[in-house]
Amino acid sequence: MLIYTIKRALLATLVALTVSMLTFGLLHLSSDPAVALAGEDATEEDIQMVRVDYGFDKPLPVQYLAWLTKALQGDLGTSFYFNIPVSKLLQQRLPVTLTLGACSLVFAILSAVPLGVLAAMRPNTKLDRFCLTLAVSAQAMPAFWFGLMLIVVFCLWFPLLPVSGSDTWQHFVMPTIVVGTNAMPAIMRLTRTGMLDVLATDYIRTARAKGLRPKTVLLKHALRNAVIPVIAVIGVQAGYMMGGSVIIETVFGLNGLGLLAYESIMYFDLACMEAVVLLLCFVFIITTFAADIMNAWLDPRIRIG
Amino acid sequence: MTVLLEVENLTVDIPLAAGDLHAVRGVDFTVKKGETLGIVGESGCGKSITSFAIMNLLPQSAVRNSRRLVFDGQALDELSEEQLSDIRGNKMSMIFQEPMTSLNPSYTIGEQLIETLLRHRKAARREAVERAVFLLEKVGITAAASRLKQYPHQLSGGLRQRVMIAMALMCGPEMIIADEPTTALDVTIQAQILNLLAGIQSEFQMGQILITHDLGVIASVAHRVAVMYAGQFVETGSVAEVFETPMHPYTQGLLACIPIPGKTKRGSFLGSIPGKVPTLIGDQTGCSFANRCAYVKEACLLKNVPMNSIGSVRSYRCILSSEVCYQNAREAACS
Repeated sequence: MLIYTIKRALLATLVALTVSMLTFGLLHLSSDPAVALAGEDATEEDIQMVRVDYGFDKPLPVQYLAWLTKALQGDLGTSFYFNIPVSKLLQQRLPVTLTLGACSLVFAILSAVPLGVLAAMRPNTKLDRFCLTLAVSAQAMPAFWFGLMLIVVFCLWFPLLPVSGSDTWQHFVMPTIVVGTNAMPAIMRLTRTGMLDVLATDYIRTARAKGLRPKTVLLKHALRNAVIPVIAVIGVQAGYMMGGSVIIETVFGLNGLGLLAYESIMYFDLACMEAVVLLLCFVFIITTFAADIMNAWLDPRIRIG
Repeated sequence: MTVLLEVENLTVDIPLAAGDLHAVRGVDFTVKKGETLGIVGESGCGKSITSFAIMNLLPQSAVRNSRRLVFDGQALDELSEEQLSDIRGNKMSMIFQEPMTSLNPSYTIGEQLIETLLRHRKAARREAVERAVFLLEKVGITAAASRLKQYPHQLSGGLRQRVMIAMALMCGPEMIIADEPTTALDVTIQAQILNLLAGIQSEFQMGQILITHDLGVIASVAHRVAVMYAGQFVETGSVAEVFETPMHPYTQGLLACIPIPGKTKRGSFLGSIPGKVPTLIGDQTGCSFANRCAYVKEACLLKNVPMNSIGSVRSYRCILSSEVCYQNAREAACS
């Protein structure tokens, strides 16, 4: 288990390094940061000055190494727009996004797994078809539209929840529902398929032949095996949530990483953009890594080769 | 000897799009304490379904009916699933064909053994562990205590089947149903497992139903045998009698398929039964073996053939008289 964890961790580090290289390269190549920085009325000389000042004239690998060295020491540069260190900015914004992500994930899992199990227990019944309809609609619904509809219902028609901001827990209710609903269909359908497969296996027949109670058969013997593929998907979904937060945080005015990403792109705040994109990627890498470790813990065939 | 299991006119129907599949079409048998009944037949003849019907492990769509289904004084067809689950794994347990997939890959051998006992008995975990170690040793597994911590994928097929047997014995059952317990194993392991089963069965004086398609297996461990064809028993009797003088043309055909060292001529063709098994979907009239039988007459096709009894344990399902059947058996043995 330890060796497996170390192997996975090394792999994750390599992925992270590659991602940082790509992000840095792409953002620097996509447009000339000096032009954006110098402002609209800048002359050619001004731009050249900015270029030399910020080191944009050096070769890209040199810039990357310089940036990486600083980044590893916790210095991600200063935001051009907010005029404070990017690391400080992230410290302010990350908790909001992580809270939203965690709440949405819990919401998605708590709604998707039981529905998936129920659908698998009674395949091709009304209940199963209801779950399918629910999954398809949730998958097809654009998140921003669903968010706006919730605002219409719960803020305009029945003023129960605040429209935008991130100050109280009430501010997180609608965003959680929207992001969670987006992640739910994949988890639910995979739980159903996994359960159907597992329920047809020989070892479930063995469990029933032992006289175990239906609850034990279902939860201990079936679900444990059925969730193994589901966890991998949950890991990926958690990553998507991070990406999706850009839209949702903008819709609900949540002061998180997503909104920061939106703002920094609007103002071409290079240091900030880099840091946000990178951080979102890291969260993705960490959730996938966590899913891998959890799977190994659940499945002895991975743990003990 | 006390009768453990009585089955009368057991039928299992499985509704399909093309009509009802009559998987088991009226089976009668009894199993006594300390006795092994072998059920032999080819794939798809309904022998496994028969065992699942007794254990109430049939697929949900299947419909089971019986005139009498009594185990240890309890009418199984009158019990709820809850009450049946109290019997399963406790008084009556089952060993399956596929040891490679019959154990849960996510739990240790120990956990899977122990949970059976804890489900049916008020026992401390420590007692259950002791029982598990005792039984693993009993089924010939070395270093039993350390095996408890192993996972199924760390064991070979033969070992897993031994674990399955130990698991079936956890609660000291009165009856064991073994559904092709050796089919998936190497030939050398097969003999070991069969001897083990036979030894344990006589030591604990359990009733046993041994389901197989292998006549050799029946000959070596069963006391009585029932030959099954197309969802019905076509011949029953003691192993010695049935192998010595098979009455039913199907049994005769099956036995003719086995070469006998020293008797079967070198270079001669192995016996085979021409034709194929009739479909079990929809109703049938006449003898189900008629389309493959060498002695078929017009009367065979007209009405269903009842079981003819000779003595108390011997019976066969054929319109031919017992004398003619004897004669046919003798001729078949000589050829």
